[in-house]
Amino acid sequence: MIEIFSSSIGKKLIMSITGLFLMLFLLVHLTVNMLLLVGDGEVFNRAASFMATNPAIKIIEPLLAIGFVFHIFYATIITLKNRRTRPVGYSTTSSNGLSTWSSKNMYILGGTILIFLVIHLANFFWKLKFGTVEPITYGNETMANTYALVSGLFISYWWYDVLYVIGAIFLGLHLSHGFWAAFQTLGWNGTKWLKRLETIAYVYAAIIGTGFSIIPLYFLLFK
Amino acid sequence: MKVKLRIWRQKNSQSKGKFEVYELNDVAPDMSFLEMLDSLNQRLVKEGKSPVAFDHDCREGICGSCGIYINGRPHGNDHRTTTCELRMRRFKDGETITVEPWRAAAFPVVKDLVVDRSAFDKIIQAGGYISVNAGAAQDANSIPVPKHNADVAFDTASCIGCGACVAACKNASAMLFVAAKITHLAQFPQGRVEAPERVKRMVAKMDELGFGSCTNTRACEAECPKGISISTIAKLNREYITAKLKD
Repeated sequence: MIEIFSSSIGKKLIMSITGLFLMLFLLVHLTVNMLLLVGDGEVFNRAASFMATNPAIKIIEPLLAIGFVFHIFYATIITLKNRRTRPVGYSTTSSNGLSTWSSKNMYILGGTILIFLVIHLANFFWKLKFGTVEPITYGNETMANTYALVSGLFISYWWYDVLYVIGAIFLGLHLSHGFWAAFQTLGWNGTKWLKRLETIAYVYAAIIGTGFSIIPLYFLLFK
Repeated sequence: MKVKLRIWRQKNSQSKGKFEVYELNDVAPDMSFLEMLDSLNQRLVKEGKSPVAFDHDCREGICGSCGIYINGRPHGNDHRTTTCELRMRRFKDGETITVEPWRAAAFPVVKDLVVDRSAFDKIIQAGGYISVNAGAAQDANSIPVPKHNADVAFDTASCIGCGACVAACKNASAMLFVAAKITHLAQFPQGRVEAPERVKRMVAKMDELGFGSCTNTRACEAECPKGISISTIAKLNREYITAKLKD
């Protein structure tokens, strides 16, 4: 059974399963982040503290890292193999009117998202995990002031806002194809579901793309 | 009408090919693309030059022999047509038409526009058949097949194995071809018996022959002259994953 992963379909299966897992994570991530827009930051700080101390998250966090590593590693393996399938290219190619730009450039989009991810982890995750973040006390509870960390970055550096919006757009494009393609690879698709899944993919990608764009723009324009 | 042809000329599989330009001044708009090439070849033969080699047989869109990459698309810029069905009226008067062979590591060029598509035959030989001896035709409905299955089988059986899916795919993947064959045979009770073995063997052969994997760009579906949907690829994935899970 395990040798399924040595086949071309099996490798795509890894992309699909890890992709779906990462997409679920993005939804949770965005939901928590939207709390940045609520009030003076207490709600967000409490949510961030809940996520940081929750034992379930302690298990999911390394799984998430593994998910990212496998998704990136297998994307590279598959892309390298696929590059060898056409040694002599065409001199002319024209559009077929059906293939989207995103579908043809998933690896490039993914690579750009990876660069963004590294910057993003350095900005927040690294500081929260291994650096020092100012504490804040609500009543008798003291926690990291994650809100100050985020708002500080987005208010002080406009180019970070631009960078995060670009990152969100690239992520949205990646997901607009990745979402339905994940189901297709799993085998959960058919003539009826194809259109439905594509529509859900666009809605999901739009939610993630605009959702993560709104946050830096909010701090840039209103704070 | 007048056309300027930029045609890929390659002596044999070892030699390095290049584009050559030919001008035709008396093309009838109702000629098929292959008839237009025939008229060019007649001229080339008269001039004592080597004619352009291209595959063709039935010239009515059902044999799957012809297949040329025309102006950046397999079988040219027309919906659900094979190269032999493509008419010259689809081109503009005076247009430059780029004519290339299918490009894929698994489909090496034999000469000019002719490629070796025997990789498809090898995939079929790996399992694209039903081993039971069916005997003479049975009475209708003695083996009940649901209408839906019959329709799906018919749609997928329309694959002519021309290779446009491979030619169109950015990864030169044969997934649509294999999916059409797998889906077709998996619809019937006779085909179900060896379905798990069939899908494993055909996918293994496809991988071995140097075809790429599926990125779901849908280019194959857009270029398939028979309009076979990528939903068959989902079906192939399903068949393959379930067969492997049972191992």
